[in-house]
Amino acid sequence: MMFDDLRDLYQEVILDHGRRPRNFRRLENATHTARGDNPLCGDRMELFLAVEEGGRIADAAFEGRGCAISMASASLMTEVLRGLTAEQARRMSDAFRTMAMTGSCPACEGDIADGMERLSPLAGVHEYPSRVKCATLAWHTLNAALENSGREASSE
Amino acid sequence: MVEAAGVTDSLPAPALDVERIRADFPILSTSHRGRPLVFLDSGASAQKPRQVIRAMSRMMEEAYANVHRGAYHLSECATAAYEAARAACARFLNAPRAEDIVFTANSTMAINLVAHSFGRGMLRPGQAVVVSEMEHHANLVPWQMLRDAHGVELRICRITDAGELDLDHLRDLLADGRVGLVAVTHMSNVLGTVTPAGAIARLAHEAGARVLFDGSQAAVHRRVDVQAIDADFYCFTGHKLYGPTGIGVLYARSELLAAMPPFLGGGDMIASVTLERATWADPPAKFEAGTPPIIEAVGLHAAIDYVESIGMAAIEAHEHGLVQHALAVLPRVPGLTLYGRARDRGGVFAFALEGVHAHDLATLLDRAGIAVRAGRHCAEPLHARLGAEAGTCRASFGLYTRAAEIDYLAEALHSARRFFG
Repeated sequence: MMFDDLRDLYQEVILDHGRRPRNFRRLENATHTARGDNPLCGDRMELFLAVEEGGRIADAAFEGRGCAISMASASLMTEVLRGLTAEQARRMSDAFRTMAMTGSCPACEGDIADGMERLSPLAGVHEYPSRVKCATLAWHTLNAALENSGREASSE
Repeated sequence: MVEAAGVTDSLPAPALDVERIRADFPILSTSHRGRPLVFLDSGASAQKPRQVIRAMSRMMEEAYANVHRGAYHLSECATAAYEAARAACARFLNAPRAEDIVFTANSTMAINLVAHSFGRGMLRPGQAVVVSEMEHHANLVPWQMLRDAHGVELRICRITDAGELDLDHLRDLLADGRVGLVAVTHMSNVLGTVTPAGAIARLAHEAGARVLFDGSQAAVHRRVDVQAIDADFYCFTGHKLYGPTGIGVLYARSELLAAMPPFLGGGDMIASVTLERATWADPPAKFEAGTPPIIEAVGLHAAIDYVESIGMAAIEAHEHGLVQHALAVLPRVPGLTLYGRARDRGGVFAFALEGVHAHDLATLLDRAGIAVRAGRHCAEPLHARLGAEAGTCRASFGLYTRAAEIDYLAEALHSARRFFG
């Protein structure tokens, strides 16, 4: 097979989430939403969060189009966000972007360690600088949603 | 009809020795990600032969000084080399005079120059500019900016489903006589479509409009004769013609260059300056403010000598063979959509593979050593027209492309489909 050595980037979990993204729907009871757009490559997504009064993320979902990396990143993100506080989600977003850019994750400890472990298959993207923005689009969109500023996020 | 596309070579082309040509391009024998390089992104920027690299090195080692200034031998040599490059560009396009050639930084700057100097200086508010649906952003955004700043109307000429310019629609757009300029590509950077430049110019002129051709892709692949196609403006860029980055070429009719106000102000473009005002130098100096791309001009001259030593007819014949080969091989890949079915087309193929996003596909192909471009290729409106908003991959050929590389691309596309299947 011509591409066997690409399994570091396209691990089975990424191919799976890329093909069949989880939580791929609109959230009718969303309290926070944001759109993300990578105009250069045409990837776009809309993120929905249902944040409880106590500040905990009860549900997360998204719709959009993009490559396997961006779809898998958004899909995994909606899974790991559930149950986190907004503050934890922001820290996870910072940690994820560090991981995507450097391949390592010094902040991936403590209360976000489990979630970061689930996201670790995406760390391989750091070897492909032109693809990092694919992995981080969902997380830029998350930050915009948490600010709820209505601005469009972009990872360009 | 070949003449209408601006092609004048009609003699049978001598065969082109691809392997000998490849030996001139040092980068083609390198490996990337552990695989021999299969470079199919010449439409974005072409690789450079030793002849260009050496000419630029030699200029810097032996003959470099600023131009048009020093009253010393070295500066006179540099000025002669710079002006010889201008003359070579004029010959390359069959422009009537070397002074009809303005050096810019690239095609984008050439079109911006026309939008600024001709657009603001010679078009009146209320007149219209026509572009097509398949323009590179470089030949769309400057006209949007002119519309917003100067009050001209921007009209968009449709393309057909085959990806050809809809000449009937162009006639309609020209009918009210208000169009001052038709600015269209001579060859699409996405669809490969070669537009019938001669016919477009005739329609434009009959309606009292000037015509500009973006020749960024076309000038690389075919002999262009600006007099035969009756172009008012024609531009191309050095780096796609196996020359360096940082230099582009604008041809314009003498009387237009004489009438147009300058673009950028500064040194070299003036006749005299007082603290209050300046008067302009004659064209082309009027449009070349500041120290120009001297080394790049020498490199472009070497690139033109290089392609002319091979022969534009031979290059066109070779690339025609590659196009026919690609049209035979690529459609056999299951799930592959090829965009563009123009009758007259060059070696640029945008495609999508069912179930695989363009960026994932480009990463896979990269791992196989194949360099292609992914995205919307600076042509977002065209991708919307094609229903390919998510982008496409694009393979584009050069004079050094081998038919076997197209076979290898097809094989990699088969593998990519299995990988994501």
